[in-house]
Amino acid sequence: MRARPAALAATTALLVPLSACASGADGAGGDAVASPGGAPDRPLVVAGSYEVHNVDPTTAGGLFTRLEVAETLVATDLDGTLVPGLATSWEASEDQLTWTFSLRETATFHDGTDVDADAVATALTRAHSTEGTPIATAPIADVGGEGDTVTVTLTEPFASLPAVAADTTGQVLAPASYGADGSVTQVIGSGPYEVVEVVAPSSVVVTAADTWDGDAPAITDVRYQSVGRSEARALMATSGDADLVLGMDPTALAGMATADGLTTLSVTLPRTVLLKLDGADPALGDPAVRTAISLALDREGMATAILKDPELAATQLFAPSLTEWHDEDLEPLTYDQDEARSLLAAAGWTPGSGGTLEKDGQRLTVTLRTFPDRAELPPLATAIQAALAAVGIEVEVLVGNSSEIPAAHAAGTLDLALYSRNVALVPDPLVTLLTDLAPEGADWGVMNWQDAGLTAALGTLADGATGDEAAAARAEVTSTLQEQLPLIPVAWYRQSAVVSDAVDGLELDPLERSWRLSAATWSAAAAG
Amino acid sequence: MSTGAPAGTATTPPDVTDGDRTDQDGAAPAALPPVTDGGVGRAVLLLLVRRALQAVGVVVAVTTACFAIMHTLPGDAAYRIAAGRYGYDFVTAASAEAVRAELGLDRPPWQQLVGWWGDAARLQLGTSLVTGADVRHEVLHGLGHTLQLAGLALLLASVLGIAAGAAAAHRPGGAVDRLVGTWVVLARSLPPFVVGLLLVVLLAVQAGLLPVAGSGTPAHAVLPALTLAVGLSGLVARVTRDAVVHVRSSEYVRFAQTRGLGAGAVLRRHVLRNVGTTLVAYLGVQALVLVEGVIVVESVFAWPGIGHTLVHGVFWRDVPVIQGTAIALALAVVAVNTVVDVATLLLDPRPRETAVVA
Repeated sequence: MRARPAALAATTALLVPLSACASGADGAGGDAVASPGGAPDRPLVVAGSYEVHNVDPTTAGGLFTRLEVAETLVATDLDGTLVPGLATSWEASEDQLTWTFSLRETATFHDGTDVDADAVATALTRAHSTEGTPIATAPIADVGGEGDTVTVTLTEPFASLPAVAADTTGQVLAPASYGADGSVTQVIGSGPYEVVEVVAPSSVVVTAADTWDGDAPAITDVRYQSVGRSEARALMATSGDADLVLGMDPTALAGMATADGLTTLSVTLPRTVLLKLDGADPALGDPAVRTAISLALDREGMATAILKDPELAATQLFAPSLTEWHDEDLEPLTYDQDEARSLLAAAGWTPGSGGTLEKDGQRLTVTLRTFPDRAELPPLATAIQAALAAVGIEVEVLVGNSSEIPAAHAAGTLDLALYSRNVALVPDPLVTLLTDLAPEGADWGVMNWQDAGLTAALGTLADGATGDEAAAARAEVTSTLQEQLPLIPVAWYRQSAVVSDAVDGLELDPLERSWRLSAATWSAAAAG
Repeated sequence: MSTGAPAGTATTPPDVTDGDRTDQDGAAPAALPPVTDGGVGRAVLLLLVRRALQAVGVVVAVTTACFAIMHTLPGDAAYRIAAGRYGYDFVTAASAEAVRAELGLDRPPWQQLVGWWGDAARLQLGTSLVTGADVRHEVLHGLGHTLQLAGLALLLASVLGIAAGAAAAHRPGGAVDRLVGTWVVLARSLPPFVVGLLLVVLLAVQAGLLPVAGSGTPAHAVLPALTLAVGLSGLVARVTRDAVVHVRSSEYVRFAQTRGLGAGAVLRRHVLRNVGTTLVAYLGVQALVLVEGVIVVESVFAWPGIGHTLVHGVFWRDVPVIQGTAIALALAVVAVNTVVDVATLLLDPRPRETAVVA
């Protein structure tokens, strides 16, 4: 039949040019052409899960500080210590109500305009008036100043202001970044890289900015590609499509251990997976029941099976990387289901039908809400469900949208919630703790639980206590949390990324504020 | 979703080719009177007007249904939108209330719907509740990417499927036919997710020919399109095979052969055109079924198409985006149906309406 060779020829004719244009794609293939300088003539490709929906700093999730396009007043180093950002120094007045930040004199926006106090005031005022940002929780009355001096006036003393000023929602943009209605239409920052192109929702291309007043980045062009599925990101690392692949989940990472030409970077995040409980619930309000729930959890087993790392089993709320807050003297949380059963029995709960405990005709049945945005949460929830069933507590797991947790908190219908909480949303955990442990409760913190000693200790710290006084206050907070368990810690968190051997000098930031690409270099392998 | 006509039920159309060739041979087995070019033109015009009216009705019905469904879903939209805007670390009761006040979500639903209709009548689709982006722009951006993908997939599937189907029909029950049969079963039973990952491992990771995922260059479209095409090509092959077998065994083809026409002329004049009417209708249905596959495939390959837009819109309760996407998809259905009808009219110009015949 004549149709067959004709059709086959057509198929071939169609596929060959497609493959040909494919090999010319601007992926990060190993066959990159070396430029005269020895560096490959292609952008560094970063693949991550963040999507680019909006360039507004209050909603963009810090993408543009991670890409070092925009700067904040204060920055952090790899230990989370505050270091100069746009501000070279800062100090508080005697009464602690006025803070003065001195701006770097040579700082210039990518459009050539000078970084001045007005630009900082615009950025901080916008962030402060947006609900939900850490800057909105600071008692800021006014941001002003002139030239290179920024003045922040407070309504009450707030020692953590510099840490709040490091929050990515406070990134400072040039006046031309804002549209007529005050919304952010483009990102003109002052960092080492400037934006070339933003293609929502999938990619951002940046290039080294000649307005940058620091050392010029060795890697001049960077392309960020959003890839939602972690298995696709893992394959991009294996195929060489990406040089830096972020947000590698433990399962994908385990499968890549043997891949050549790739290095895994890991850093412990100040994030804890925890259970929040309703302190007003007749059962969960009883500290004995909360302790029993904690004892029923085989944290090491869950960390080994789900997070692929037994060291991530939480023995207290704060991970060891939070050196100020992690308390070595605390009695670690342990796993003992027999002890859990006897505690529940002592609290008056007796086995009823189907093995579920009962008291005064009420069955010990609770709902547990969680969400799938972090892949480990649903499997951890089912592991907790099984562990609690073993001691007679029946748990119904509801996996939904993250917002259902604050919504159920507000409605008072929440029993248990499992989520991962970044206790250092700003570089000082105190800012997050003041919200999360507030006596009136918090969306992502305690619910219907308070402790006068803990509230007083947090107040002491907020007023700027230092030295032994601060250490004693922190010990009061950590020991109260460990005894009362208003939030039951489950696991700590480790972030992993995969880097190709074409790149040297990359390190992960535990606060996820920056990918530090300006400090990286192309390796000899990339040039060869 | 339905996978289209089950194999073996492809109907044999009466020969359409002889309708306008009676002047040459004077023998038309399917004896219907020919229509003039003016008749075809009028039929096409009538069809387009009817389709345009249908499009308006579909848009009103679909968007109203979307609005009603989104408002009857459990959960608080203000919280959903705040979660979409600020992420799970920052969604709080305070940010949800700020969103509610800003967007006027506590207005009665009918006011919101009437307001939206007013905007839509002026071709204003509004802005996304979550990202603040212009919905018309977002939908067109997504639709453009999806059409690229769907177009390339249909092309690949047609080339692969028609070639395989025609080859299989050459000797029904032969080795090629059985091989194609196996391909049909495999291609259709593997979900797009698995096909996509297999193709990535083979063509991107092992062979290094194509990028794994993402967008931005023509090469990025090949793997997702091929993934969709593999699933489609199986059934295209099956339908082509059956149609070709039926047409080839029909009386008018045998008559043409008896008349002494060469195999090539028979294929061109009689087989292809008759198979065409079946195939065009079938491909039209498949173009719509593609949308189902597109949502999964776009997610696997991080392709910023309309499936991606729709999934985010639903997850975030972003009503304007969902309505905009629904309009685009509804209009796409009407457009594809119109193209299929016009193509079928041109391929088979015999009149359908008794009024014209009479």
